[in-house]
Amino acid sequence: MTNILYGVFSLGGFALAAGIMLALATRLFHVEGDPLADKIDGLLPQTQCAKCGYPGCKPYSEAVARGEADVNQCVPGGERVMLQIADLMGVEPKPLAQEPEPPMLAFVREDECIGCTLCIKACPVDAILGAPKQYHTVIADYCTGCKLCVEPCPVDCIDMVLKPEVLEEWTWKSPETAHRPVRVGGHGHAAHPA
Amino acid sequence: MLRTLLERIGLSSGGFPGGIHPEQSKLTAGMPTRDCPLPPVLIVPMKQHIGEACVPLVETGQTVLRGQKIARGQGYVSAPVHAPTSGKVVKIEEHPVPHPSGLGRLSLFIEPDGRDAWDETLEPWPDYRQRDIGELRERVRICGLAGLGGAVFPTFIKLVRDQKHPIDTVILNGIECEPYLTNDHRLMLEQAEQIVAGLDVLMYMAGARHGIIAVEDNKPDAAACMREAAKRLGTAVAVHVLPTRYPQGGEKQLIQAITGREVPAGKLPMHIGILCQNVGTTKAVHDAVLLGRPLTERIVTVSGDAVPQPGNMNVRLGTPMRFVFAQHGLEAFEGLHVIHGGPLMGERLPSVDVPVIKSTNGMLAFSTDVMADAHRRADPCIRCGHCVEACPVHLVPNELASQCRQDQFDRAQGYGLFDCIECGCCSYVCPSNIPLVQYFRYAKGEVGKINRERIFADLSRQRSQARDERIAREKAERAAKRARVKAEAGAPEEGGEASSA
Amino acid sequence: MNMLISSPHLHSGDSVRATMITVMLALAPAVIVSVYLFGWLAVLIIASSVVGCMVLEWLSLRLMGRSTAAVGDGSAALTGLFLALILPPTTPWWMVLIGCFMAIVLTKQIYGGLGYNLFNPALAARVVLLISFPLQMTTWIVPMHVGNPVIDLYNLQDCLQVFFFGVQSLGHSIDAVSMASALGYVKTEWTRGVSVADALRGYGYNYLDAFLGREAGSLGETSALALLLGGIYLLARHTVTWHIPFSYLGTVVLLAAIFSTINPQHFAPPMFHLMAGGLMLCAFFMATDPVSSPVTPAGRLVFGTGCGILTWAIRSFGGYPEGAMFSVVLMNCTVPLIDHYFRPRIYGQGLPK
Repeated sequence: MTNILYGVFSLGGFALAAGIMLALATRLFHVEGDPLADKIDGLLPQTQCAKCGYPGCKPYSEAVARGEADVNQCVPGGERVMLQIADLMGVEPKPLAQEPEPPMLAFVREDECIGCTLCIKACPVDAILGAPKQYHTVIADYCTGCKLCVEPCPVDCIDMVLKPEVLEEWTWKSPETAHRPVRVGGHGHAAHPA
Repeated sequence: MLRTLLERIGLSSGGFPGGIHPEQSKLTAGMPTRDCPLPPVLIVPMKQHIGEACVPLVETGQTVLRGQKIARGQGYVSAPVHAPTSGKVVKIEEHPVPHPSGLGRLSLFIEPDGRDAWDETLEPWPDYRQRDIGELRERVRICGLAGLGGAVFPTFIKLVRDQKHPIDTVILNGIECEPYLTNDHRLMLEQAEQIVAGLDVLMYMAGARHGIIAVEDNKPDAAACMREAAKRLGTAVAVHVLPTRYPQGGEKQLIQAITGREVPAGKLPMHIGILCQNVGTTKAVHDAVLLGRPLTERIVTVSGDAVPQPGNMNVRLGTPMRFVFAQHGLEAFEGLHVIHGGPLMGERLPSVDVPVIKSTNGMLAFSTDVMADAHRRADPCIRCGHCVEACPVHLVPNELASQCRQDQFDRAQGYGLFDCIECGCCSYVCPSNIPLVQYFRYAKGEVGKINRERIFADLSRQRSQARDERIAREKAERAAKRARVKAEAGAPEEGGEASSA
Repeated sequence: MNMLISSPHLHSGDSVRATMITVMLALAPAVIVSVYLFGWLAVLIIASSVVGCMVLEWLSLRLMGRSTAAVGDGSAALTGLFLALILPPTTPWWMVLIGCFMAIVLTKQIYGGLGYNLFNPALAARVVLLISFPLQMTTWIVPMHVGNPVIDLYNLQDCLQVFFFGVQSLGHSIDAVSMASALGYVKTEWTRGVSVADALRGYGYNYLDAFLGREAGSLGETSALALLLGGIYLLARHTVTWHIPFSYLGTVVLLAAIFSTINPQHFAPPMFHLMAGGLMLCAFFMATDPVSSPVTPAGRLVFGTGCGILTWAIRSFGGYPEGAMFSVVLMNCTVPLIDHYFRPRIYGQGLPK
């Protein structure tokens, strides 16, 4: 009987001590919310596309940090960003809310543009140049492909085009994917036909 | 004999560690170099070196002379491009270049006029020892010289005279360790004196006391030729004959094999007092300085089991590969595998409608694709460690590849991802046929892509923040203006009231 | 042709299958000696073990829905051969099958199949068998051409009976047909206070016989000569490097030499260690199993040294007479650590600036 009591008390004591230590640790090493939001913001691709349901990358990262938004809502970030956020937040990764699209650029068909400046106001990164009653044009180097300018255009003269592939940015595919038949229309480009 | 035996059981590896002994297959070693005729049109890409692309200096319709500078370099690490023959620029547009992606680059299309007339603006300097070193270096730069061994690093950059790091030894790389390739071998046999003269120019420019010509022992005739040429010209250089092993022709491996020293990470050979140049580049230095001729042609080995008449050819830069292959009797490419460079470090080309460029040391056509078949039946890694033994830079390729496969790029960098020279020894020896090099290339590319995306994200964040601030400011200004207008509108009213009262 | 393949475009032609076949060829001398000494028993155990391992491999792959083509890579057959060579000649059929199950299913396939197992499958199976069936696993039948064998091992019928129904079915007691192994004898005598030299004399130990293999033991481990020949073949074919066998044997010899000089009463001389038990087999074939040993040269030296220390220590101080197998299995656990800490210095890194 005493043996059992010894066991109960020693194990119970250990459990209690561990609990107290854990409680103290949460207090002592408490992570402030704001640096976390900044860290998440640092992982996001900053397209400001609002596809996550928040008005931009910063608001989304704050929402994730507060625990309001899920980790899988950044569409252009794709799986890599989702995994990084999940890792940072210490939660299980989730399948993406939406399948990411290949990188795109906005392109204004200038002969149809009426110079209304609505797209300029919509662009979250000031990547469209132009003045009232003048043709507008997209600075390709700044465009994040967020598509926010397409909707406001009253004459539908903005196209989203695939970002052109350039030699300097071409990379080898992982043999994991390259040695299997190439997916058509998927993320990433097909191997060049012989 | 004893040495190879010891090497086999791993007790000795002279010079640099690791390496492999692939079948030599130097089919074209005994065939004299022929001149390639001029093609109907030459396609000259605006970048043929490591560094930044060039900008065209000529316009469509303009006539050019051979050796005329037709594109200027941008930035420091760059080499200008010259017209390979005299003729007319017919168009300037993007055209595929020799690259596995098959992607294109801005290129000048030149129609030869058949005169092949040189641009004589650069005067020959047979008296180069009377010239200023800076002047010579500028000559090497404007002649568009880049490492012709295949790396195409602009040559003039290596010729910096640095007080803190004086060059002691110039090593000429005549190793040519890639199977099939014999262009350097033929060059050493046919133009030995030009090479030795070029070495003398390099030694003078670098202020080096020692000159070494390194040749592998599978080319005893080339070694003898170089020795004789050095004796004839009275140049005090040593010819080192090294046991054949791949990748001895790698700059760092060659330096290690000859001097036993390593180039510290992030440094250049000049930091340990060594200048290393390929024999082809050295011959081009001779042409540039002594003859005043810019780089307009190079020797290309055309070989492989699918080429009916393999051989070496002196080809103008910009000649379409299809045209060169046709000179060797190969016209149908259906089912063939064409490789740009050697079989161990060269790249598979998706099309032969690309021009010969400064880095084209070989054009190989094979009827079977050994590696594609091998990779298709890849087995799991059995950790045999052959890749570790073969790696000349002491990586652990199997471990590294497994990290790359799992996209663990940070860990892979800790395991030396960027120290990999992509020599291919690991893939060559792997009994499981794992495409190790491709994993490393994939990971290197992804790391680059992640960095680019990071930079772009930072830029977008700044632009987005600037926009938010501007909108907030404008809002505040509007509000202030409205308040002011309101206040201004309110004041007269009050006055009015007062006056009416 | 959608595949985009990076350089290199040449291959050495080496393959997993060729590697396995090379190792099997290297084991040929040991197999011949085992058949010479143990007759049909050796044939029965080797055949059942090889077939058992291959069938289990096929079944596991089938059950896990993987390609069963991997049975053809020879790794399962090799594991079966290894397992047979480290089993005592009187191992009954069911124990061989349990061994095959341990090796292929529990040690190899559960961990992910070829290339992913932490332990050497054959050795792990043998260790499990030794702990589960200590008596059967330490019974050494008198071989042919050594002493006076009670059972004619060249008689197929008798051997079949022993293999399926045990020695007793022939009307013999175990003690009557078996003899002690040199290691076991020395250990028992030593615990009774007899000095090593006296024990060896009492056993009638002869270095030449031990070297040639005229002694009791597991099927394939008796002849140091046969194993040495196989080992040299492996080294010459570059299937294994010298690091593990050299450091393993070297450590055992060094420790034995030092301690037997200090206290010859207690510690056996180096030559005895070298010839006895499974040391040769473990040093050339088991510890060098690529999957469960380190990949770097420095790591291999550390691994071999560790095996050597453990083997010598278990033999000299442990409860079991033989420690070679335990030591390799124990060192297998340390391989991930060794691989991490004993990486070679990368070219150009860590040089004085």
